[in-house]
Amino acid sequence: MTDDPRKPVREIREVWITPDEAPDWMRHATDEGAQTMRQEESQSRLVEQTGVRVRDDYVLDDEIAEDERMIINMGPQHPSTHGVLRLQIELEGEIVRRVKPIIGYLHTGMEKTGETLTYMQGGTNVTRMDYLSPFFNELVFSLATEQLLGVEIPPRAQAIRILMTELNRTTSHLVSLATQGMDVGALSMMLYGFRERELILAFFEKTTGLRMNHNYIRPGGVAADLPDGWEDDIEEILDKIPVGVADYEDLLKANPIWEGRTRGVGVISAEECVAYGITGPPLRATGIDLDLRKTQPYSGIEQYEFDVAVGSNGDVYDRYRVRVQEIFQSLRIVREVANKMPAGDYRTDDRKVTPPPRKRINESMEALIHHFKLFTEGFKVPEGEVYAAIESPRGEIGCYIVSDGSARPYRMHIRAPSFANLQGLPIMMADSLIADSVATIASVDPVMGDVDR
Amino acid sequence: MADEQMNEAESGEEAGAALEHPLPEQPVLAGLFAQFADVEWRRSGEQDTAVVPKNRLRDFALAARRAGFEMLVDLTAVDYLRLRRVRFEVVVGLLSLQHNLRLRLGVPVPFDDPTVPSLVSVYPGANFFERETFDMFGIIFEDHPDLTRILLPDDWVGHPLRKDFSTGSVPVQFKSSPQVT
Repeated sequence: MTDDPRKPVREIREVWITPDEAPDWMRHATDEGAQTMRQEESQSRLVEQTGVRVRDDYVLDDEIAEDERMIINMGPQHPSTHGVLRLQIELEGEIVRRVKPIIGYLHTGMEKTGETLTYMQGGTNVTRMDYLSPFFNELVFSLATEQLLGVEIPPRAQAIRILMTELNRTTSHLVSLATQGMDVGALSMMLYGFRERELILAFFEKTTGLRMNHNYIRPGGVAADLPDGWEDDIEEILDKIPVGVADYEDLLKANPIWEGRTRGVGVISAEECVAYGITGPPLRATGIDLDLRKTQPYSGIEQYEFDVAVGSNGDVYDRYRVRVQEIFQSLRIVREVANKMPAGDYRTDDRKVTPPPRKRINESMEALIHHFKLFTEGFKVPEGEVYAAIESPRGEIGCYIVSDGSARPYRMHIRAPSFANLQGLPIMMADSLIADSVATIASVDPVMGDVDR
Repeated sequence: MADEQMNEAESGEEAGAALEHPLPEQPVLAGLFAQFADVEWRRSGEQDTAVVPKNRLRDFALAARRAGFEMLVDLTAVDYLRLRRVRFEVVVGLLSLQHNLRLRLGVPVPFDDPTVPSLVSVYPGANFFERETFDMFGIIFEDHPDLTRILLPDDWVGHPLRKDFSTGSVPVQFKSSPQVT
C-alpha cells in the first residue's frame, strides 16, 4: 500500500500530454484500487500472467522429421473464422495435430459495463453480445432480473417472448447454414440463407424498430405490443421459410459433395461434449437430447408442442441436420404461439418495474413519480444471487446476477454458449485434414461477440 | 456408476449423524452433502448453493460428478469488496443431465491468498472459464494446465472485474485533453 494511493505509479503522461503539467484526471480522479494494485503486482505475478507456467504434455513423435511439422496461424482476419477467432494449428504435413483457439480480439468488457448500467439499461448491453440471437440475451437477462424481483409476467408477454425468440432461432440457424455452406463451397447457400432471414428481420424491425440489438425483451415484459397486422406477417413467414428451407434440402441434403465434406468430419463424442460443457446443436448431434426448453422450460414454452432434434454421429453433417430440423420445430412453435396468442397486457402492471402509460402521467401524480423514478434511478432489486439459463441457438446461455439491493447489478455474468463450445474445437480438429478445419469451425457456429463479450 | 451411488448413499447416512448443517430434501443432493460436514447448503429461490471451503473444492467436485453432476456449465467469480469479510467468491455452476438438477458452488477466496485448486482435472471444461476468471479477477487456479490471460492482451496490467479497478483508469489516446473540458 502506498501512502498516497492517487499517486500515479507509472509515468504515462509524457507519452501523450505536455510534460509541464499532469492532467486533471490524474490528480483527483479515479481509482485508488487500480493504482495501488499496479504497485502490488509483483514480478512473479506478472510472470504468471504472461504465461510462463504453461505445462506441455504433448509428446513429440521422433519419427516425424522436424521440417514436416509446422505451426500456422489461422485468423484473426481469416474469412472463415466467423469473426476474429484465431487458431494456432500445428500441422504435420496436411494433418492437424494440435489446435489452440486464441480469443479476446472482440473483448469489450461488457460484464464490467453491465455493473454501471441500471437493470432497465442492461438490456441494451447484453443484446450486443450474441449479435445473431439478441433476443436470447435479452430474455435470459430479463428472466434473471425477474427471478430476483419476483414479478409475475402476463401470459401475452410470455407468448410474445417465445414468438420472438423462436423466430430468432430460425434466423440464427439460417445464418449458420448460409455461412457453413459458403465455407464449404456451396456459394448459393449464402444468398439463400440471407434471403429467407431478411423476411424475419423485416418483421423484427416492424415490431421492435431495429433489425438487431433490439432491447425489446425487458425486465417486466416486452417493450411494445405486436404491431397491427402481425398475424399476416407471421403467416407469410410460415409460408415462405419452409419453402426456402426445402430449397436448401434439395441443394445440400443428398448432395454427394456436401456429404463428402461433412460426413465423418469434426467428430466429437457425447462423453467429450459433456466433459467440456458443450451444449446446443453440437451436443445434440451426438445423440444427447439435452434441450433446456424441455428439461427446464422458461416463459411457458412447455405448453407448446415440439420435438428435440438429435443426431447420432456427432459430426459436421449431424450438426447441420440438427439445425435444419430445429428450424422446422421453431416454426412449429411459432405457428402454435400465433394461433394461441392470449389477449392482455404485454408487460407487468407493477409500476415499480415498468413505466406507466403516457396517458396516466397527465392524470395521476403517482404515475408521474413512478415515471420519474424509473427513468432517473431505475428500480431497485432485492439482494440475492440468481442464475437463469435458457436454450439459445448455440446452447445454454446463462445469466448470473448478484444484487446488493441497489438499482444496478453488483455483478452480471453471462455464461456464453459459444465460449464453452469453442473448447471442443481442438478435439474435433485433432488428427483431421487441414482442409476440413473450415467445415468444422462453421459447424460449431461460434459468434465471437458471444465468446469475447 | 449405480454401485458407486449406492455406496455413497450408505456412507452418507453414517456421516449424517454428526452434521451441523441442515440437509436438502432432494435425495441426490442430500446424499452428496451428507458426505461433507464442512460444506454448507443454502437455498435461495429455487436454487441450491453449496458453500465449499477451497481446500475441499476438488473432493467435493469429484463427489458431485460421481453423484450425477456430469457437466460444469459455468465458472466465474464475484468481488465482494466491502460487502463480505472474505473478498472473492468463485462461483461454479454444475448441471446434472440424469437428475435434471443444478447446483451452484460458492468458494470463498481471501484477497491475500487468491488461490483455488483448479477443477480442470475433474471437469476438463473448466479450462477456459478458469482462464477467464484468472484474467478478470486475478484468482490463481493451482495446477491449471495453461493459466494465461484469455480475453485481455498478455501485457495487460491489473484485473478489470475487480471492484477497485475503475473504468476510468486507463488513459485513452483519442480522448480530448482535460484542459478543453
